[in-house]
Amino acid sequence: MNEHIVKAYDEDLKTLHDLIRHMGELTIKQVSKTIQSIVDRNDILANEVIDHDYEIDLLEIKVDALAIRILALRQPVALDLRMVVAALKISNQVERIADYACNIAKRALLLNTTPPSSLVEGLSVLVKNPKKMIEKVLTAFTTNDVKLALQVWQMDQEVDKLYNTYLRQLFDEMIADPKNVIPCTHLLFVAKNIERIGDQSTNIAEAVYTMVTGKPFKESEPFKHVDEV
Amino acid sequence: MSYKMNIQKLNLFYGDKQALFEINLDLPTCQTTALIGPSGCGKSSLLRCLNRMNDVVPSAHIQGHVLLDGKDIYAPSIDVVELRTHVGMVFQKPNPFPRSIYENVAYGPRIHRLFKSKIELDEIVEKNLMRAGLFQEVKDRLTHPATRLSGGQQQRLCIARAIAVNPEVILMDEPCSALDPIATAKVEELIDELRAKFTIVIVTHNLQQAARVSQQTAFFHSGHLVEAGETGALFTTPRDERTQGYITGRYG
Repeated sequence: MNEHIVKAYDEDLKTLHDLIRHMGELTIKQVSKTIQSIVDRNDILANEVIDHDYEIDLLEIKVDALAIRILALRQPVALDLRMVVAALKISNQVERIADYACNIAKRALLLNTTPPSSLVEGLSVLVKNPKKMIEKVLTAFTTNDVKLALQVWQMDQEVDKLYNTYLRQLFDEMIADPKNVIPCTHLLFVAKNIERIGDQSTNIAEAVYTMVTGKPFKESEPFKHVDEV
Repeated sequence: MSYKMNIQKLNLFYGDKQALFEINLDLPTCQTTALIGPSGCGKSSLLRCLNRMNDVVPSAHIQGHVLLDGKDIYAPSIDVVELRTHVGMVFQKPNPFPRSIYENVAYGPRIHRLFKSKIELDEIVEKNLMRAGLFQEVKDRLTHPATRLSGGQQQRLCIARAIAVNPEVILMDEPCSALDPIATAKVEELIDELRAKFTIVIVTHNLQQAARVSQQTAFFHSGHLVEAGETGALFTTPRDERTQGYITGRYG
């Protein structure tokens, strides 16, 4: 797509992209750190995640303010309008992902007071795909890549499979010894938050789909309209 | 959906220079259609084809058809003066006659003998000034010169004058470009109200105005109709890259 005749308009839209990208980078770091704080039983790391959550909240506020300003001053239409609306939705979803990371960190502080569980290692496996999903879907947003967005959407199936497997392992552990119930319950909540990170990433993928194609996303026909773009 | 006017395979020439190419466009009844596009794209030329204003340009000639209620307005039997009572026009610069406010609105009904008594003429003038949202502002000075009105009031007077002969279609060529924002808002509100009874076609350079007032928008480029469609759809998901380029300000 050509640049706008008014260069300042392009700069505004680029700033919006940059803010979302920055939110994504910080959020991925938070997600990595929070799982590490459980694996390493590191309270300092967990507290760092909690203390830094506000940075992503501030970025969401900046995205909202800039998007509203663009709507008021530029009266965007067509693809530009759809991009600004998508940015508003996506910043909210990225902020929620950051909240999940923060919740996991709070859970880590409790978990680290219980006896260590062998299932903690499984969290590193569980979180791999969701982290990749965040990175890929935000790239899809900034590059208008609807096919990449749909790839991310499909990755959630694997996340759900691994989550269900992990759940069964937790249940087996709890059944084997009642002493495991408390740490396994904490791990269950952590796993659920990781699974929700995958869900939020698919929501972002759907927002990118609508942004690029101009059509609402339908789960039953995810590839409809892709070739029209 | 019913259509008041149908433009069919319209080509317009000024001498050897072709200004419009194979235009096909239907104008829905009692809706506002906005014609947009860069300068020189042919939108005002098309507007002038709809009431044969191009007849006054010696070198202008057309091929194709413009139908009003199914009848070709370019048929040899058509009386152009009579046609212009059915298809009225409002211009960019308000152009009230150098007469009183009353006489401006009464002029059309007078020459077309649309009344039987003075009382009836008074009623016609009052009714159309009310329709144009101007009566309350001028009711105590109907005999005053129209040229003493503000720009916005003059434009609304011109609209009252145009509708006083009971046209079916009103053509507007950038009717607000000489008006301040408040006067513009009043004219836009008036366009919305008039739509209940009239079919309106408006040429505008102001894309936000086209988005606000119209139900159908047609985008022109170099004499070609690139895309026409429901206004909301055209401004959110245009089908043609050229339309997207123009309305988003990427078009050079």
